[in-house]
Amino acid sequence: MPTVAPLDLDGHVVATAFLGDVPFFATAIGAIHRLDHGHKVTEANDGLLACVRAEASDTLVTGGEDGKVFSIAADGTATLLAEVPRKWISVVAAGPQGAVAFAEGRTTRVRLADGTVKEFAESRTVEGVAFAPKGLRIAVARYNGATLHWVATAGQPVDLEWKGAHTGVTFSPDGRFLVTSMQENALHGWKLDTKPGADTRHMRMTGYPAKVKSMSWSAKGKWLASSGAPAAIVWPFASKDGPMGKAPLELGTRGDVMVTAVACHPVEEVVAIGYSDGMVMAARFSDSREVLLRRPGKGAVSSLAWSKNGKLLAFASEAGDCGVVDIAG
Amino acid sequence: MTETASAKPIPVTVLTGYLGAGKTTLLNRILTGNHGKKYAVIVNEFGEIGIDNDLIVESDEEIYEMNNGCICCTVRGDLIRVVEGLMRRPGRFDAIIVETTGLADPVPVAQTFFMDDDVRSKTELDAVVALVDAKHLPLRLKDSREAEDQIAFADVVLVNKTDLVTPEELATVEATVRAINPSARIYRTSRSDIDLSKVLDQGAFNLERALENDPHFLDHDHPDHVCGPDCGHDHSHDHDGHHHHDHDHDHHHDHDHGHHHHDHGPSPIHDVTVQSISLRGGEMNPDRFFPWIQKITQTDGPNILRLKGIIAFAGDEERYVVQGVHMIVEGDHQRAWKDGEKRESRLVFIGRDLDREKIERTFKACEAAQA
Repeated sequence: MPTVAPLDLDGHVVATAFLGDVPFFATAIGAIHRLDHGHKVTEANDGLLACVRAEASDTLVTGGEDGKVFSIAADGTATLLAEVPRKWISVVAAGPQGAVAFAEGRTTRVRLADGTVKEFAESRTVEGVAFAPKGLRIAVARYNGATLHWVATAGQPVDLEWKGAHTGVTFSPDGRFLVTSMQENALHGWKLDTKPGADTRHMRMTGYPAKVKSMSWSAKGKWLASSGAPAAIVWPFASKDGPMGKAPLELGTRGDVMVTAVACHPVEEVVAIGYSDGMVMAARFSDSREVLLRRPGKGAVSSLAWSKNGKLLAFASEAGDCGVVDIAG
Repeated sequence: MTETASAKPIPVTVLTGYLGAGKTTLLNRILTGNHGKKYAVIVNEFGEIGIDNDLIVESDEEIYEMNNGCICCTVRGDLIRVVEGLMRRPGRFDAIIVETTGLADPVPVAQTFFMDDDVRSKTELDAVVALVDAKHLPLRLKDSREAEDQIAFADVVLVNKTDLVTPEELATVEATVRAINPSARIYRTSRSDIDLSKVLDQGAFNLERALENDPHFLDHDHPDHVCGPDCGHDHSHDHDGHHHHDHDHDHHHDHDHGHHHHDHGPSPIHDVTVQSISLRGGEMNPDRFFPWIQKITQTDGPNILRLKGIIAFAGDEERYVVQGVHMIVEGDHQRAWKDGEKRESRLVFIGRDLDREKIERTFKACEAAQA
């Protein structure tokens, strides 16, 4: 039976992630908590809006209401990476080779490991940024589509058009697909290895009763799990055409409770599912078998993260009642 | 559902008004006022707002058309994002104020609070407040549709800079505002000086409260209505709009209402393209009324800026209130009809190119008394 080590924090917790074997919890007020031989805290942003883990450097990257972008190391050290005074930095992303992207208004900036900053202007507000798995390329989600920019070279940007507001973006781990979440309860995908204009290029993933705010690729990128429904909606991406013409898996279905966060296991074809009432389950793709990991709590699950070996699962909540589940017990 | 979602929704006031109408002055009055409340303010530009103590967020107005084939389904993407961020730390403020740019269309701002589930679950639109520059309104109406839309859409209109115009000019401006929007509360101000309780915490968009706060909603032309100091508008214009124009609609206002539908006069300023249609009828048959309001908002939604009304349903002990923005209609029971209260239905449409005859006729056909 899995065991839960609770961590009760004050207020909304925006994100959780593991650095090494240490679970981190980033709160909306800007305190970064970690459980590293005891409960420790680092102060970062004055008002934290976004936090992601940087795989390459095993650090966290945060953006905040104070216009600052911080890097948080595994020992809790906070380093200021960039600042845009009086702007809210609500979009951050981390890429290969220590590159960090952040956006405010209609500008995306990419800071390379050597401190060089490149700017990319869009015609509309940047809602989401993601790095391609290889090649130092970013995708920017915006109104009516997404734009791909090469960061280091002067290549022309590629515009991927699809009507509507795109609010988040992610590359598949093999770089073949780009998927955006949208304002209107849908995901949209582009097959990047087809010719522009080809019919098979677009992938529409609809039918969600709510906006999709959490997306997670399974091991090797064979599946994409998503929130936004009373079940985790898991789209098959293993074949050449992605999920086109195929039904998604619906895992961990509950009657009237919405899935608010998903995180695929780093090795197994299993997804951790967080719900609006604070419950956390794990579900297996092959047979839909479910395991309860945490009973309902005080607030919706806002973020889930697996440790590298997949034995620990950290969960964060909008009401501050967080914790770490030891799967082995 | 969650603790955060079940908390009391945060009221949102939208301030509109053309450049120079006095929005920043009003905002500064609100932020420095001695009311013990804290506001989060969303502005397009920091401009001249004192930013010491309050939470001010700059945000680019970003209008998103919803991808559902409906051209009037627009929301403000930037507001969705900023409100989401603000609501993660709700203890910091008591209410939110959204200041729009002078040229802003108020509709996407308002629709954001109805159409986005996240925003809707945590906040509620309190009122749309429009500031009007009494001196320059005629010019504004001539060169911009936005100025007119802002008035048409408002719950509260401040006719500001009254010190810069003659009483006659002021009367004309006020009559114009009234012609564009017969359901708004109008106040005269200079230097945006207004009792803040008349602007903030109005509940004008809240169906439970909207009509409770405004018991004389659409009653200003009613024979039983005696304007008191709380009517929030000045009757000196006395429908003088009617007399400036030579036109032939019926003049039954103020008398003999029965089932006549009162038309507020056309504007004394010629450049007004917004019209309002005030409907008055008896008890309605819900089986006719609901399909009718659905249909009319679906077909004429793009032309309807706002609709508001109180409906008496036959055999229903409670008043039913409805309101809408373009194609969005909401309705709910409000309270029981009081003893002696006349059970009648009142509805106002504000919009452009509305087919008055059709709307009046089809509304009438929803009456329970109609065979």
